[in-house]
Amino acid sequence: MVDQPEVASATLDALPPAAASSEPEPESILMLRKVSVSFSGKLAVRDVTFDVPEKRVTALIGPSGSGKTTLLRALNRLHDTVSSARVTGSVLLNGTDIYGGALHPTLLRSRVGMVFQRPNPFPAMSIYDNVVSGLRFNGVRKKSLLDEAAESALIAAALWESVRNRMTARAGVLSGGEQQRLCIARSLAVEPEVLLMDEPTSALDPQATRRIEELIDELSDRVTMVIVTHNMQQASRVSHRCAFMLMGDDRAGELIEVGPTDQIFGSPTDQRTSDYVQGRFG
Amino acid sequence: MLGAAVVIFLALLLGLAADLVYQAAPAFAHFGFAFVTGTQWNPVTTSYGALPFIVGTLETTAIAMMIAIPIGLGTALSLAYLLPKRLRLVLGTAVELLAAVPSVIYGLWGLLVVAPWSRTIIEPVIGFIFGHSGPASGPEIGIGLLLAGIILAVMVLPTMVAISRDVLMAVPSEQIEGALALGATRWQTLWRVVVPHARTGILGAVTLSIGRAFGETMAVAMIIGNTPSLAHSLFSPAATMASIIANQFTEAVEPFELQSLIAIAVLLLVMSLLVNVAARLLVRSVGRTHVSAA
Ligand SMILES: Nc1ncnc2c1ncn2[C@@H]1O[C@H](COP(=O)(O)OP(=O)(O)O)[C@@H](O)[C@H]1O
Ligand SMILES: [Mg+2]
Repeated sequence: MVDQPEVASATLDALPPAAASSEPEPESILMLRKVSVSFSGKLAVRDVTFDVPEKRVTALIGPSGSGKTTLLRALNRLHDTVSSARVTGSVLLNGTDIYGGALHPTLLRSRVGMVFQRPNPFPAMSIYDNVVSGLRFNGVRKKSLLDEAAESALIAAALWESVRNRMTARAGVLSGGEQQRLCIARSLAVEPEVLLMDEPTSALDPQATRRIEELIDELSDRVTMVIVTHNMQQASRVSHRCAFMLMGDDRAGELIEVGPTDQIFGSPTDQRTSDYVQGRFG
Repeated sequence: MLGAAVVIFLALLLGLAADLVYQAAPAFAHFGFAFVTGTQWNPVTTSYGALPFIVGTLETTAIAMMIAIPIGLGTALSLAYLLPKRLRLVLGTAVELLAAVPSVIYGLWGLLVVAPWSRTIIEPVIGFIFGHSGPASGPEIGIGLLLAGIILAVMVLPTMVAISRDVLMAVPSEQIEGALALGATRWQTLWRVVVPHARTGILGAVTLSIGRAFGETMAVAMIIGNTPSLAHSLFSPAATMASIIANQFTEAVEPFELQSLIAIAVLLLVMSLLVNVAARLLVRSVGRTHVSAA
């Protein structure tokens, strides 16, 4: 489907070896380098630089309007669809700059999936068709492959037992929490390397929220996740690392601090991080 | 206040229908069910069968839809998502202006401009493709079923495009982004997610167009050839229910002639109402499958 050749991770070697001292530290699958996003010339996110370790959950936290969603959407080039949006800096996926032209956006998006703030299953499709929609977009036609992928994605999303006997029902018959898990299954079916999640539980009740959080935990050994949340408990429960964002004086979002979740919540180096995680503002 | 308005409009509709039925009653009583199945329309022998006009109406409408649906949907998609902003505005306005053209002008245009193209280009090409047999048999004279269908297609396009464009643009951006985020191309997103999501409204647009094509009178009467017999070919001159009424109403002097024309009007009214009701039921059943508000 996509004719661009896959670029070897040669560029990765050119970068300084990160954390060579402590050997269990995983490799960085995504590297953000001075990523800025502006809308109609007005900066919404300024110069964000950090690394996302592989097969870990990284939480993006910060008050509303600090640019979390905007930054997340820069990671799968979703801003391409907004004509006023402009992204500068670079985002390296396994060493390849996703804005460099070597990686077609459709291929990128099948490697970097996304789950949205509100569940958005395709209402005209059955549950089954929803789950395999990404594979079909990517050209998979063989029924046995689709069936297999659907089953394993639904199992991974903890939805298989509840939908296995109604795969042909419309997605709309599911509850909000189930719809969100269907969207997660739909993303997983494509077997992405990274899954971006933008406040995936903000439209759900506490029960459904807890199940999604458990799911994130279960998935973390097979897929890298970057999750936006404004819920401090959620960030501390599900993430290994946290990146804290805040609006600057000109209202552009900036990265204040990034580090292991324990450290961000226990002994942050920046006073503003400390104020935020203790609930003093935001 | 609102209740009174509803009552007034319902009374108007019922009164109109009752009056038509009353005036058509002698024809229905005299010919019975054969009025609907009869294929002869001959005032000299007092034989009146409406089948050629019913079939003519269905055929012209079907031809119009086969042309208008793909073109209308393609135009609506272009206007909603594909064209650059400025072109959208220009083309959108042009399409809307087409809706303002009086039907008699479409008739004139059909007769003076399109009929010659039909005779010299369109019909010969279709005739060649079908081997000058079956639906493409008979003399290629320009006017007839096919021309009526083509002109009807042009006439229903503005409504079809305007409604389809609006419902396509109303598809939530989360749906579009959801598809893109799975690695869909723009084309896949449009055909597999946006169009299916908007299908209810598109169906509504098609239905309205069918209703319009059923009832369109002036333009069709000018270009269909007004021949009260069953058409056997796309190139045959024919007549529709609306066109026969318009053509013969003023000179209907033979026994049962006027009553038979009014009987056709009753049938046309029933067909139009049925299309509308059917479409509403269909739209409702499709609408029920929408995702519950999250
Ligand atoms: N499509 C857009 N057009 C213009 N401005 C936008 C757009 N999307 C986001 N912004 C701006 O970017 C800033 C950050 O928004 P957002 O990333 O949604 O914050 P968060 O997710 O942290 O609440 C806001 O000031 C918002 O107005
Ligand atoms: Mg947000």
